[in-house]
Amino acid sequence: MPTVFEPTKGLTGVEFHYCPGCTHGVIHRLVAEVLEEMEELGNSIGVAPVGCAVLAYKYFNCDMHEAAHGRAPAMATGVKRVLPDKMVFSYQGDGDLASIGTAEIVHAAGRGENITVIFVNNAIYGMTGGQMAPTTMVGQRTTTSPLGRDPRQVGYPLRISELLATIDGAAFVERVSVHNPANIRKAKKAIRNAFDCQKQRSGFSLVEVLSNCPTNWGMSPLESLDWVKEAMIPYYPLGNFRRPEMQESEHA
Amino acid sequence: MEKVLMKGNEAIAQAAIHGGCRYFFGYPITPQNEIPEYMSREMPKAGGVFLQAESEVAAINMVYGAAGAGARVMTSSSSPGIALKQEGISYIVGSEVPCVIVNISRGGPGLGGIQPAQSDYNQSTRGGGNGDYNMIVFAPANIQEAVDLTAEAFEIADFYRNPVMILGDGMIGQMMEPVVFHETPKRELEPKTWATTGTGGKRAPNIINSLHLDPANLEKHNLHLQQKYARMRAEETRYELYQADDAELVFVAYGTASRIVRNAIIQLRETGVKAGMIRPISVWPFPQAAFDQLGSQVRALMSVELSCGQMVDDVRIAAAGRWPVGFYGRSGGMIPAQHEIVDACRSMLEEVA
Repeated sequence: MPTVFEPTKGLTGVEFHYCPGCTHGVIHRLVAEVLEEMEELGNSIGVAPVGCAVLAYKYFNCDMHEAAHGRAPAMATGVKRVLPDKMVFSYQGDGDLASIGTAEIVHAAGRGENITVIFVNNAIYGMTGGQMAPTTMVGQRTTTSPLGRDPRQVGYPLRISELLATIDGAAFVERVSVHNPANIRKAKKAIRNAFDCQKQRSGFSLVEVLSNCPTNWGMSPLESLDWVKEAMIPYYPLGNFRRPEMQESEHA
Repeated sequence: MEKVLMKGNEAIAQAAIHGGCRYFFGYPITPQNEIPEYMSREMPKAGGVFLQAESEVAAINMVYGAAGAGARVMTSSSSPGIALKQEGISYIVGSEVPCVIVNISRGGPGLGGIQPAQSDYNQSTRGGGNGDYNMIVFAPANIQEAVDLTAEAFEIADFYRNPVMILGDGMIGQMMEPVVFHETPKRELEPKTWATTGTGGKRAPNIINSLHLDPANLEKHNLHLQQKYARMRAEETRYELYQADDAELVFVAYGTASRIVRNAIIQLRETGVKAGMIRPISVWPFPQAAFDQLGSQVRALMSVELSCGQMVDDVRIAAAGRWPVGFYGRSGGMIPAQHEIVDACRSMLEEVA
């Protein structure tokens, strides 16, 4: 009988620790499937963050590093400079990348570091129990913004993709979402394009994936997916902000 | 072997390349800027990579990544910059990857100043970052010693899979002396089968990691690290005894301070005062054994430092109550004159008479 479906070889099969309904598992699988389809698993080195995905080094079936909080782009830089022919990627959440690690991500992009970054934005600190993130929405209640994020006190959520898209070293920047199957397919395509960029040595590539956090948002998984669509996407519009053709045409 | 006149910082950079270092990640800070400048010029010629990072924090994490990928890699900085690197150093030790860190230290606290100081003794020898950890810290007293120790540091780091620090005060970095690049003593090193070079589909993934969520596992990991430190204490301690055989007062001094002390000893002996010196070359592990060799004629010890007194704590521990321990130091970039040390010695001997 022909095999119509099997688990990706890009994941080790270790059971995920993620909460029920969390989309980290989906995003892990997309990255793993892309690396498998590109036949790059044996050629890849991943860098895990601090945050909900801290144990990603157990899940991806390739060589892995576990970075200090926010430092994954610097660590990936060190790996890539030693092994320029390998695929090097980091997988980071919003606290890791958009708060403590802003310097590292901006300068990795600035250098045009030929790495791929998977940036999972769920507008909250999940692992530490639901504190306010730099990407927390205005009015969103968290354990450190119990009355809702007040922009007069703590400012506005950061749009990382738009910010990085101003940097010439960033070859590919796209924001996607995984709140429904159609968008999951688009997300996979963007991840593939980002890794293709790296393969072609085009420079820095990043895919921002809008994700959910049913546990800390205090919602059912379905409600949380609706909230991604209704509350997050209007502020964090989906789409491509930068790709190699744009880079070339700008410099032509 | 050709003798060349070199500035300390440049000699250290060349020694690193000589010792097989092919990756350098750093950030400018005085008084060590000649190291990254030299590396930017010379490392590409050696087929390596120089990269100026956006911060000391990024630099040490680039080192962490490169070391995990199996490279011989180094960073350099000075006191406040080393403070920023402490997070990364702790992770590097925890993950058991080798690298070399050069600290050309200046006065503190805070921004402090840019003149030579030894007030980084504690942040260099006490780990500095979080957790139970140590690394070998060599404190050269001249440029030749800095060259020899830097080149060998890469062998030692690889041998233990642990960082090694070269701690030179700003004087060591800034002065010029003649040096020879000798053949580096080699160790028998295991191939880096743990490095993340891609599985090639031929082996299970390698993971560079300092996280152990199960407390029993973390304790086991810590005990394993402690075994390495015990071996370092037993096998990597280095020191020089100078005129200690008949000394009544034994100075303890390292780096630039030891050079002034050496001249003070000559002056004291000319006037009939029997002084000598223990010069730690490894400040971690601290040379306890040197103290155990001292004869019964010793009446007092005196730590001389370019600080307000940091190593003196280790001297007290090593003395273990056997001798009174005095201290003389200048800080903030001030360098003690020979006569100050001579006077401090005479006062101490009068006190213990």
